[in-house]
Amino acid sequence: MSATPQDDKNLPDFGAALSEPSAGQMLRRRVFGHTGLVIGGTILLIIALMALLAPLIAPHDPYAHNLANRLVPPIWHDWFYDDPRATWTHIFGTDHQGRDYLSRIIYGARISLLIGFSAAIISGVIGCTLGLVAGYYGGRVDMVVNFIITTRLAMPVILVALAVVALMGSSLTIVVLVLGFLLWDQFAVVMRTLAMQMREFDFVTSAQALGCSPRYIIMREILPNVLNALLVVMTIEMANAILLEAALSFLGLGVQPPLPSWGLMLSQAKDEIFFDPWMITIPGLALLMLVLAINLIGDGLRDVTSPEGRS
Amino acid sequence: MSDTPVLEVKDLRKHFPIAGGLLQREQARVYAVDGVSFSVGHGETLGIVGESGCGKSTAGKVILKLLEPTSGSIHLKGKDISKLSRREMHPHRREMQVIFQDPYASLNQRMRAQDIVAEPLGNYEEGSSRRARLEKVAALFNKVGLRRDFMNRYPHEFSGGQRQRLGIARALALNPELIIADEPVSALDVSVQAQVINLMMDLQQEFNLSYLFIAHDLAVVQHISHRIGVMYLGKLVEITDKRSLFRNPQHPYTEALLGAVPVPDPRRRRQRVVLKGDVPSPITPPKGCNFNTRCPYAFDRCFQEEPELREVARGHLAACHLR
Repeated sequence: MSATPQDDKNLPDFGAALSEPSAGQMLRRRVFGHTGLVIGGTILLIIALMALLAPLIAPHDPYAHNLANRLVPPIWHDWFYDDPRATWTHIFGTDHQGRDYLSRIIYGARISLLIGFSAAIISGVIGCTLGLVAGYYGGRVDMVVNFIITTRLAMPVILVALAVVALMGSSLTIVVLVLGFLLWDQFAVVMRTLAMQMREFDFVTSAQALGCSPRYIIMREILPNVLNALLVVMTIEMANAILLEAALSFLGLGVQPPLPSWGLMLSQAKDEIFFDPWMITIPGLALLMLVLAINLIGDGLRDVTSPEGRS
Repeated sequence: MSDTPVLEVKDLRKHFPIAGGLLQREQARVYAVDGVSFSVGHGETLGIVGESGCGKSTAGKVILKLLEPTSGSIHLKGKDISKLSRREMHPHRREMQVIFQDPYASLNQRMRAQDIVAEPLGNYEEGSSRRARLEKVAALFNKVGLRRDFMNRYPHEFSGGQRQRLGIARALALNPELIIADEPVSALDVSVQAQVINLMMDLQQEFNLSYLFIAHDLAVVQHISHRIGVMYLGKLVEITDKRSLFRNPQHPYTEALLGAVPVPDPRRRRQRVVLKGDVPSPITPPKGCNFNTRCPYAFDRCFQEEPELREVARGHLAACHLR
């Protein structure tokens, strides 16, 4: 273009000759080459679609009870035990109030995902703010934040959640808030360590020399460089929140009936565990699949975004 | 007006405390920079040389106020900035900028080249439109010899030399008077080093820039500097113009440094002073002259009395009892 010196102006463009794949293509290849990520992603996608399209795909109204039709076993009882009550009308059977189990599972996905996402986002915001600020500033700020983190780690999550729910009553909102305000510790710990590492990089030093404000440096220089780790922690905490919601609901202190939460379904099914074990198996498996899928995605994201995995 | 140097550093010290024990009390300290004084005039390049760990980079960071000085003063265009807070420092930052050694670590991988160079503009020219800033970035790209159509690229798409050009463009964005270059070419290939050095010299001519050029490569420093200071273990041991330093070194350490420069002629025999041993730890610097553990000429006085940096010839300062 101009006569100014160019480092490699005399070199032919080898890159073009070898037709190296672009960064986007490389990423796509890594993502789709990762078995765990593909499996986890597929399961999560199916569950998410189920949640989104629940009114369209659920065969029955999840709240409509029919006491004449209580405890209908799932369809496979027809195949294995020749149970005449098991029919295609209720594929997963009905619960003790005669509500269609499949429809309740489908609607239950909404609650689990909603709680997982909201709690992970609330705790992500709290944890990231604390962690990044502590890691970037260090010194006294770090001491204070560290104290807060240690205090939080000293509190048993389930007991505190129980206490809060016992005091404030229980609803979906309260469960989300309680989990959101309790599960930020991982975010804070990881972000603090990463911010401490990032702070030593010359591009951060250079931003300081260029007169950038600490807020700008944290948001624009550090945060984009730790996003991959943030995503991984996010998946872990999402799975955690979903399990905790199930635990709280199981104890009767989470989501209140008649909302179809998987944890609540487990809780109601426990009375029938010796007579109708399928009742507790189905929501249990649903929960297992969802948490497994999210964890697989978390692991996959970690592998795909880590520099060592880029070969 | 032009009599006041762009940068004047007096008796600058930076000690890092080492905390330990149950109460995290100070156990010892690292004397990274221990009483350094020099000045840089308009359009002048002062080279600072010394081996790894001698405190030259720390000195650069303290002058930039990225680290707080332990004591001493830093006058930037006549104003003492050594005790200014971060907020008070803000308006002065645009007068001095920095270029770093590692062109990979000094650019944020997640930002586009144009945003990296435009970053300082956003901090000091709030009123300007994005369009005006991009115009300016394009002009800067042109100045440092990068093509305009690279503006949208990410740092990993550039070569080492090009990245260092980006760093230079970013440093130039605010029209500073002083640029502190911390080993700006030591991570580059030799041929690219020459291009970057020449670019820096051209820019100095064009904008009347002053450089504080920190390096360990004497050949590079000789090429770009007007005056050169030699650092050893946190102290400046000799400072003079380039010609007298190379022709007539006064400090035994400088002599040894010059002797270590390879000469591209296998038949030429040279008298070399080869230093024995290692640099002492900056936590426990030796008593007396810092160099006494390795100096071939050390005598009694060197172990008792610390030599002062004084004028041994016109404009030639050295810190040695022998001169």
